[in-house]
Amino acid sequence: MNSFEIIRPGINTTFQDEGRNNLYHIGIPFSGAMDKRNYILANSLVGNKINKPVIEFAYQGPLIKYKGEKISFVITGDVIFKIIKKEIEIKGNCYESYIIEDGDQIDIVSTNRSVYGYLAISGEFDLKFQWGSCSVNTKANIGSNNGKKLQDKQKINIFNVDLNLIKKKLNYINSKIEKIRVIKGTNFDYFSDQGKKIFFNKEFIVSKLSDRMGMRLEGEKIENIVDTNIRSEGLIKGAIQIPADGNPIIMLSDHGTIGGYPKIGVVISADYDKLVQLSIGSKIKFQQVELSDAETLFKLYELETQNLISQLK
Amino acid sequence: MIKNISNLGDAALYCDFGKEVNKETNSLVIKYFKDLKKKNINGITNLTPSYNKLIISFNLKKINFNKLKKIIEDLNINKAQSENSKKIKIPICCSDSFSLDVKRLESKLSLNRDKIYKNFLNKEYFCYMTGFIAGMPFLGDLDKSLRTNRLETPRVKVPKGSIGLTEQFANIYTFESPGGWNIIGNTPLKIFDSSKTESPNLISPGDTVIFKEISFNDYKNYNE
Repeated sequence: MNSFEIIRPGINTTFQDEGRNNLYHIGIPFSGAMDKRNYILANSLVGNKINKPVIEFAYQGPLIKYKGEKISFVITGDVIFKIIKKEIEIKGNCYESYIIEDGDQIDIVSTNRSVYGYLAISGEFDLKFQWGSCSVNTKANIGSNNGKKLQDKQKINIFNVDLNLIKKKLNYINSKIEKIRVIKGTNFDYFSDQGKKIFFNKEFIVSKLSDRMGMRLEGEKIENIVDTNIRSEGLIKGAIQIPADGNPIIMLSDHGTIGGYPKIGVVISADYDKLVQLSIGSKIKFQQVELSDAETLFKLYELETQNLISQLK
Repeated sequence: MIKNISNLGDAALYCDFGKEVNKETNSLVIKYFKDLKKKNINGITNLTPSYNKLIISFNLKKINFNKLKKIIEDLNINKAQSENSKKIKIPICCSDSFSLDVKRLESKLSLNRDKIYKNFLNKEYFCYMTGFIAGMPFLGDLDKSLRTNRLETPRVKVPKGSIGLTEQFANIYTFESPGGWNIIGNTPLKIFDSSKTESPNLISPGDTVIFKEISFNDYKNYNE
């Protein structure tokens, strides 16, 4: 049997795929890979269908020992890693697949000025699916691996290894963006003119209290002039809530499905991947766009992704 | 009827059923929710009903706001009474180790302990919505004498099974979770079971719930 043995699990290493639909009404969020494009590219680079489970890591990644027949793997994102073979150590490049054999180790040292990275293999992890997805939600213990992060000394079996190993490479650099584009939220007018100005003109800092559920920001307080609570209602990925303390919280993939704070805006779909990669301490600035702009920008984002995938065929 | 449909970001419809929060408004939300779920409209990824809102999330690759808005506006919603609502009895143990905030409620509400439980237990509550955490039901309406605010400082950990009160609502913590509701008891009953893929939630929007008191001994020996 082929397997990964976890020598060091990393900070927040989980199995993820596309996520699960149609469960918000019972309180289960979408989950799935935080950075969709890097997730899709990881699968494409090892010749998988684009919706296969991968290992997602945040900041420090895992140290893994591989056992079994030859297999290829790839890492996507902006990640510092190395491959440790019996005699040599190789510095790894993202978006380039490598072939490993029995006894080799993959040491994912850390992400570089970003948060999430992805490891895909030319085979299938032995995982349990829940509601059609392996995605782990550690808060509700839902998904594969009993809904938990990867643990020390854990062994993960791998089957259906693709014996037709082909090395693939992509020239791609994750662009860093200055501004996150936002559509006005349903409670935009709960905030003072000054508050709105601050929201669209000042910089905010990503706080250390950020995780897969949400990103908390710190900056000048955004003043609420109507009510700091609303009737609890559904939330979506990218929604920006402002609680009584005046600091924004952006809902991310594992967010609570219902919330009672006013929503000043929603991050557009085209910028979601870039948003989640903003690491603790990063500066963030918002820019207002209209719905029609957001739709056009999403089409462009999709075209770019498709274009990258087609380069690998 | 839906009073207003607007966009929440670029991939969700925000359907507003009016300001009033009552059973009638909420029943209409639930009717839309159930009917839309059955219709299985291509592109819709999630439906989130709440007291007086329904949020419809969609896949921007498949459909966009204006197209889906038109579909929703043209829908013929089945006006028939929703057929599959359940009545559920929830055992609750109110011993001191579970009723974490009864002392606070006694002073906030100027009611003694017995009166608080008398006004809470053995009454029918309507499930307005579920969520926040998996399976958590939002139940109402509480007797007017029991309505008060959340804790000033929320607990970092509310024990699993806790039953809490806030404003006109009661809820049940399906997991250990942070939370600020006034805790008055605990149920041994499993409210959320992820191994039941089809219906992990014991309580769904539209269901009716009654709390029945059990002793600490019955709680310890509780078998589902």
